[in-house]
Amino acid sequence: MVIHSIMEKDQDKILSDVTSGEYKYGFYSDIEMERIPKGLSEEVVRIISAKKNEPEWLLDFRLKAYKHWLTMKMPAWPNLRIPEINYNEIIFYAAPKARPVLNSIDDIDPELRKTFDKLGIPLNEQKHLAGVAVDAVIDSVSVKTTFKETLAEMGIIFCSFSDAVKEYPELVRRYMGSVVPYTDNFFASLNSAVFSDGSFCYIPKGVRCPMELSTYFRINSANTGQFERTLLIADEESYVSYLEGCTAPTRDENQLHAAIVEIIAEKNAEVKYSTVQNWYPGNKEGLGGIFNFVTKRGMCKGENSKISWTQIETGSAITWKYPSCILRGDNSTGEFYSVAVTNNYQQADTGTKMIHIGKNTKSTIVSKGISAGHGQNSYRGLVKVLKNASNARNFSQCDSLLLGDKCGAHTFPYLEVDNQTAIVEHEATTSKIGEDQIFYCNQRGISTEDAIGLIVNGYAREVINKLPMEFAVEAQKLLQISLEGSVG
Amino acid sequence: MLIINNLKASIGGKSILKGITLEVKPGEIHAIMGPNGSGKSTLAAVLAGREFVEVTEGSVTYLGKNLLDMSPEDRAKEGIFLGFQYPIEIPGVSMVNFMKTAVNEHRKHNGLDPLSASDFLKLMRDKKELVEIDSKLANRSVNEGFSGGEKKKNEIFQMAMLEPKLAILDETDSGLDIDALRVVANGVNKLKRPDNSFIVITHYQRLLDYIVPDVVHVLYDGRIVKTAGRELALELEEKGYDWIKKEVENNVLS
Amino acid sequence: MNGRSEVTERYIGLYKENIEKITTSSSPYINSFREAAYERFRDMGIPTKKNEAYKYTNLNIFFDHDYKSYFMPVTSDFIKAEEFRCDVADLDTHGIVLLNGFYPTINEKLRQLPSGVWIGSLNAAAIKFPDLVKKHYGKYAKSDTDGLIDLNTAMASDGVFVYVPEGVALTKPVQVVNLVQSDEDMFSQHRNLIIVEKGAEFSIIICDHTLSPQKFLTNAVTEVFVGENAHFDLIRVQNEHNAACKVTHTFIHQEKNSVASSNNMTLHGGLIRNSTYHYLGGEGAECFSYGLFLTDKWQHVDNFVNVDHAFPKCTSNQLFKGVLDDMSTGAFNGRILVRPDAQGTLAYQKNNNILLTDDAKMDTKPQLEIFADDVKCSHGATIGQVDSDALFYLQSRGINKREARLMLMFGFAHEVIQNIKIEALRDRMDNLVMQRLKGELSRCASCMVKCG
Ligand SMILES: Nc1ncnc2c1ncn2[C@@H]1O[C@H](COP(=O)(O)OP(=O)(O)OP(=O)(O)O)[C@@H](O)[C@H]1O
Ligand SMILES: [Mg+2]
Repeated sequence: MVIHSIMEKDQDKILSDVTSGEYKYGFYSDIEMERIPKGLSEEVVRIISAKKNEPEWLLDFRLKAYKHWLTMKMPAWPNLRIPEINYNEIIFYAAPKARPVLNSIDDIDPELRKTFDKLGIPLNEQKHLAGVAVDAVIDSVSVKTTFKETLAEMGIIFCSFSDAVKEYPELVRRYMGSVVPYTDNFFASLNSAVFSDGSFCYIPKGVRCPMELSTYFRINSANTGQFERTLLIADEESYVSYLEGCTAPTRDENQLHAAIVEIIAEKNAEVKYSTVQNWYPGNKEGLGGIFNFVTKRGMCKGENSKISWTQIETGSAITWKYPSCILRGDNSTGEFYSVAVTNNYQQADTGTKMIHIGKNTKSTIVSKGISAGHGQNSYRGLVKVLKNASNARNFSQCDSLLLGDKCGAHTFPYLEVDNQTAIVEHEATTSKIGEDQIFYCNQRGISTEDAIGLIVNGYAREVINKLPMEFAVEAQKLLQISLEGSVG
Repeated sequence: MLIINNLKASIGGKSILKGITLEVKPGEIHAIMGPNGSGKSTLAAVLAGREFVEVTEGSVTYLGKNLLDMSPEDRAKEGIFLGFQYPIEIPGVSMVNFMKTAVNEHRKHNGLDPLSASDFLKLMRDKKELVEIDSKLANRSVNEGFSGGEKKKNEIFQMAMLEPKLAILDETDSGLDIDALRVVANGVNKLKRPDNSFIVITHYQRLLDYIVPDVVHVLYDGRIVKTAGRELALELEEKGYDWIKKEVENNVLS
Repeated sequence: MNGRSEVTERYIGLYKENIEKITTSSSPYINSFREAAYERFRDMGIPTKKNEAYKYTNLNIFFDHDYKSYFMPVTSDFIKAEEFRCDVADLDTHGIVLLNGFYPTINEKLRQLPSGVWIGSLNAAAIKFPDLVKKHYGKYAKSDTDGLIDLNTAMASDGVFVYVPEGVALTKPVQVVNLVQSDEDMFSQHRNLIIVEKGAEFSIIICDHTLSPQKFLTNAVTEVFVGENAHFDLIRVQNEHNAACKVTHTFIHQEKNSVASSNNMTLHGGLIRNSTYHYLGGEGAECFSYGLFLTDKWQHVDNFVNVDHAFPKCTSNQLFKGVLDDMSTGAFNGRILVRPDAQGTLAYQKNNNILLTDDAKMDTKPQLEIFADDVKCSHGATIGQVDSDALFYLQSRGINKREARLMLMFGFAHEVIQNIKIEALRDRMDNLVMQRLKGELSRCASCMVKCG
């Protein structure tokens, strides 16, 4: 077994090389910001609402949420260590100062534009990634939405949440909180009380959105929490593919991100929602990083509707999110494809809930966890088939790959079936990267490091393939960076 | 014996068989060849009565009866046997119990008394010898942990036990070693009588050296695009399917 | 308010009222555990659905009830017990009968079998073999979340004791028949201790029966020590009536290179909860955990399994199945924990369930918690019907649909039954299950209570 031990040594070295990949988006931009004082109180909620000139009903919504939040306790989960969060040390509202009405790209603060250029996010429509409309949200506020006019011609509304409140109050009022009520969970209540902005999207009946819609989230200021909301409504027979990306500067203290995404799919509508989450993960010793506590949920309201979540989670110190589908319409379909990487001291607790209510509803869950360093990675999911959901089908596959002997991989599926015609299947495997696979590659002349890259990518392929083309390439690179050479 | 007329079938709304007409007379051996995904197994599935294949048009008459109206087990008892391309593993169900039930169901159908345990075991032993399968296999659960070749041999063993009138063998030759191939062929040839027939689905002319077909059909894109004598198999082995595909395209164009 | 539930208060009261009586009739060493256990129980209480480990089981239906409790054996009751005969043909065993949790034979509380094996009453053993009992009693039955284990430690005083000395292979299994019988609704607890020393081989069958139609609640704890290189098999056959609730907690502690198996065959019972804890406490240990249940009417069966890989190179296998009829409900909770440094672990788990009606309900919660990297772990869980491809395969051989479905269900159950190594018992289980599936067995035929 001499060969083996040599190989193991190599792998260890490569593992440490690879896991030492540095965070590339850690710079901080000096943009003039307007912040309110630290801390959370009813007053703060009122200030936020006032700053945004919100209508009475929205202020009421926030206040109800705030009051409810006060009665709640932070959830505790096994294998997830969340340090105490002091909500009085957080700034709940920060916005680039003197935000003008943006008529053209030239109106944007040049610092801000530089920031997005550095991130590779095109705010300038001429330089855009082919066929992608972008809404850029920095700290708490949407700064620029591209392609608004082109989309408007088709009746598609794609704008900041604040603008939507002003321009389409009926739509916002009708759907906001209908999928994620403000009472839903600790972080959803918090968000409902203090959310500052986010993206809004409405695809009218029968329209296939011709380009990818994308929101780019960036946390910039120190000590701020980011609380945005996304509301996405796909009316009958419509289709949209939506992508969100996230980064933050390198900082020693933790920062809180608690977002809500709500999706409504009407009859025959299809929504693809993809996330490439690359918040600052903290340093190698586990210092700093974003706490990413997100509530994402879609309602397949109409017959034959479909909601598909795809996520590549490589960032954040702690990730806590369960993009879910409520399959209410008959024949509706929910999908969840996820790759979550935890390296160094990162922790991820992610998964999904598929609630089968309508008849002939289908759901698919594919979750790939990759743990390295001291990372802890949990899949937590629920498949629930209600009594009247005849012919429900679910298939779940949850695999975990372990790179190194200090990390952990955990699987907590809950299957609850109340209908005899249902078929619910769950499979999970946990293993370290196959030595025989590496050997096979070596035998074909591929170095161990490349072999590991190949194998990890192959392992995640099923999920990456679900991403829109341009982002699949990005995601693949990201995966490589967050794990570079890290397999042992 | 079997008359298929303009049979069209789809799976999940996707049309797979697009009008198949075929007649198999007693005593005949038909070979069906054709590229992967052309619909061979789908045709076999329709004949055996798989529910997920939806027949949208056409008719199938077997021994004067409407085959499509019959349940899978009634078709089997009437003498149709399907050798599966991918035989399924059934953990916990022993081969002995499985075969005993099947044989006795057939006997009941033919107005015969069930076999006694000892007669049944004797029958098993004889047939096992005939197809030269390892007797240990028969003590295991149905197909569980069998190798690819063992599964195929097990299909032939079951065929020998049930003595069908029309056997449809879906790629029973793939995955077999040379000896096993001969065993399969022997199994077929021993069963061959003037009153029973075979449909042999295969990719290789090699099997047809042992089992000499009366007719060879080429199935392509859900249609039988060519029918000829056994020399067609040789030609296909040599030239592949491209020339047939071209012929088909030309026909469509002209 | 102290925040404790009424049900919990009920059992706290029971302890306070009876602790003196209990202490006088049992051995000092066992008594020395009671107070601390009581305090832990007082804090944890009777588990509710809020407790993750009991998420799918509502114990209150049975725990919130007035029972007569049983702290002292009554000689006159034993007559019925003596009459009981196990009806499994050709099953050759060393028999023990427990009545309402007590070891009945008055004269001979401990029996010596060939090669120095001892079987008998735990209470008697605590006096006769104080060192052995001290070494093992209360060492393995531990849980930070389940107050019922402490409730048992606080109040149970008797049960079965088995000692198999080093290197002894007992070929004939020991069969424990647990009988409950009373004129009033009754709550009882018993405690078993099984010690299988280094290199020894031992198997035990525990059969549960109810002899009278009263409402019964049993809370039993079994501790098993399996020494280095030893082999141990446990088979439970549960056959109680629908007004009976049985909660069992079995802790199997394994040393290096030992092999142990547990098999819970649940044929009948109102509410059954079996918790099986496997602790792989030495390199190279291997364990098998099996379970099968067939439920109907309003029955509820919950299998909870915890496999703890604490040392390198251990292997564990879990296979649990359920067939649910009528409006019965079932739950499976299976956890595999691989601790840091438990390298070279192989851990497998499978849970399959078939629902026969729209009113039946199954909840399953398999879990993997893995802190070492050189592992191969997998779990699979399904809830559904018989496999339609397999059904077609059988039909295509001429077997009618009803028969084919029956064969598949039998095969489904047989996958668990086939792991019983004692042939006579295995055949009997096959038989009972087949009859049950065919509906030939009236649902009460295997029950001792002829309630008419
Ligand atoms: N259950 C199914 N669901 C969807 N499509 C199917 C299903 N079964 C078969 N098909 C499709 O039907 C077509 C015909 O398949 P079929 O298995 O009949 O091909 P074949 O001729 O037997 O191929 P091969 O030579 O590879 O065995 C293929 O395109 C296949 O993908
Ligand atoms: Mg085929």
